[in-house]
Amino acid sequence: MIRIDCPYCGPRDEVEFAYRGDATVRRPSADAPADAFYDYVYTRRNPRGWHVEWWHHAAGCRQFLKVVRHTMTHEVRQVAPATTVVDVPSE
Amino acid sequence: MRYSGLRLLTQALTGNRGWTPAWRDPQPKRAYDVVIIGGGGHGLATAYYLAKEHGITNVAVLEKGPIGLGNTGRNTTIVRSNYLLPENHNFYEWSLKLWEGLEQDLNYNAMVSQRGVLNLFHSDGARNAAARRGNAMRLDGIDAELLDKEQVRAYCPLIDVDNGRFPVMGGLLQQRGGTARHDAVAWGFARAADARGVDIIQHCEVTGIDVEGGRVTGVQTTRGPIRAGRIGLAVAGNTSRLAQMAGLDVPMESHVLQAFVSESVKPLVDQVITFGAGHFYISQSDKGGLVFGGGLDGWNTYAQRGNLPVVEHVWAAGIAMMPSLSRLRGLRQWGGVMDMTFDGSPIIARTPVAGLYMTAGWCYGGFKATPGSGWCHAWTIAKDEPHRLNAAHTLERFRDGRLLDERGNGPFPWLQ
Repeated sequence: MIRIDCPYCGPRDEVEFAYRGDATVRRPSADAPADAFYDYVYTRRNPRGWHVEWWHHAAGCRQFLKVVRHTMTHEVRQVAPATTVVDVPSE
Repeated sequence: MRYSGLRLLTQALTGNRGWTPAWRDPQPKRAYDVVIIGGGGHGLATAYYLAKEHGITNVAVLEKGPIGLGNTGRNTTIVRSNYLLPENHNFYEWSLKLWEGLEQDLNYNAMVSQRGVLNLFHSDGARNAAARRGNAMRLDGIDAELLDKEQVRAYCPLIDVDNGRFPVMGGLLQQRGGTARHDAVAWGFARAADARGVDIIQHCEVTGIDVEGGRVTGVQTTRGPIRAGRIGLAVAGNTSRLAQMAGLDVPMESHVLQAFVSESVKPLVDQVITFGAGHFYISQSDKGGLVFGGGLDGWNTYAQRGNLPVVEHVWAAGIAMMPSLSRLRGLRQWGGVMDMTFDGSPIIARTPVAGLYMTAGWCYGGFKATPGSGWCHAWTIAKDEPHRLNAAHTLERFRDGRLLDERGNGPFPWLQ
């Protein structure tokens, strides 16, 4: 069970949220080549370690959040509003 | 040593002193023609079919722990071929046919039991989808039967067909589907591959893949470097990490799928039943435990353990389908980490790195695919080109827009 400390609502259980995947990928500009869109849609680092990801607080404030979570321990290190620039921790 | 009823009897009468180890425990050689990374069902099957079908016997299977303890030991042992898309059902049907002859081929009791797989549906839309899938299968000569509500009631009386919230309208039945004994599959392939000269090297973790001039030359392992002209990846759940050792990013994410077993009870469910209104499927093992599972936990993880929200969903769905389960106690629960692809279909293919091949991205379909995956992977490695059965299961299909999107869910691995 993951507990996500929503910056708007406080700590809530994962069941209130919808997962939306890797938050490090960026949509390319409209005139970017097809390969850039391929990478955006399909190529993932899929780390065994720290992962920055989107969670949508669907059953709460309905905000999109950036969550820094470890894919082995499931520890949540940081929860931030969607516009925050978040680095992927190395350790 | 050939196994038979007579051998069992003579061994029993002579104190079981004559059994020999089912496979050797060799030291890794410095070089092999082919190195298979991953000693689960798929890797061992690949090695076996390389030796048997293609005469390539200078092969090593490298496994970081003991064989068969990854997803081969973490599934719900179901075999079936009831898929919609021809590329998928023809592949899985070939796998099912290999299952049907596997025990004679391997001289090993894999306890393959074609007890029938029934997918329930609960709405008009789901019935149409089931009829369409069944018809697609029958067009390719695969057995499928559409049952109505009363036929479902007769087929498995414990199903609550009159459930107030999810009344059952019928089901799609594949009689030839069923279950097999997961450990025996790994052991049987290991023993048969070993007998043909394959080295099965346990406790040997790959730490690097050597690539020179765009071609693989060998692997670095915890037991020293091993040279190899060709390398096959069969490392369910960890394909991203291994492929990155060769400088390759693959279109996959790792997710956990849970499964459960109940206390042992007398024969109760002698088929495989899947619920159509929630994530739940169930069968009964020969020991009497009910084996069941559900959907993904739903977020990237490499941890081989499940989490409580899905536990609750699976049990609730099970009790909605079979209320008689409600007083049964759970015995064990486990999680397996799988490569989830962006279209829900596997990859058995060459890669952009010459000499590197993979059977990967198995999503939920890994166990039933074991012999077919090994067979097609071996073909692809031996001939450096895919067999027609896995010609569509490429890495490049995502780039080319030729997805095998069985469920049409969009490019979201956690929804497949």
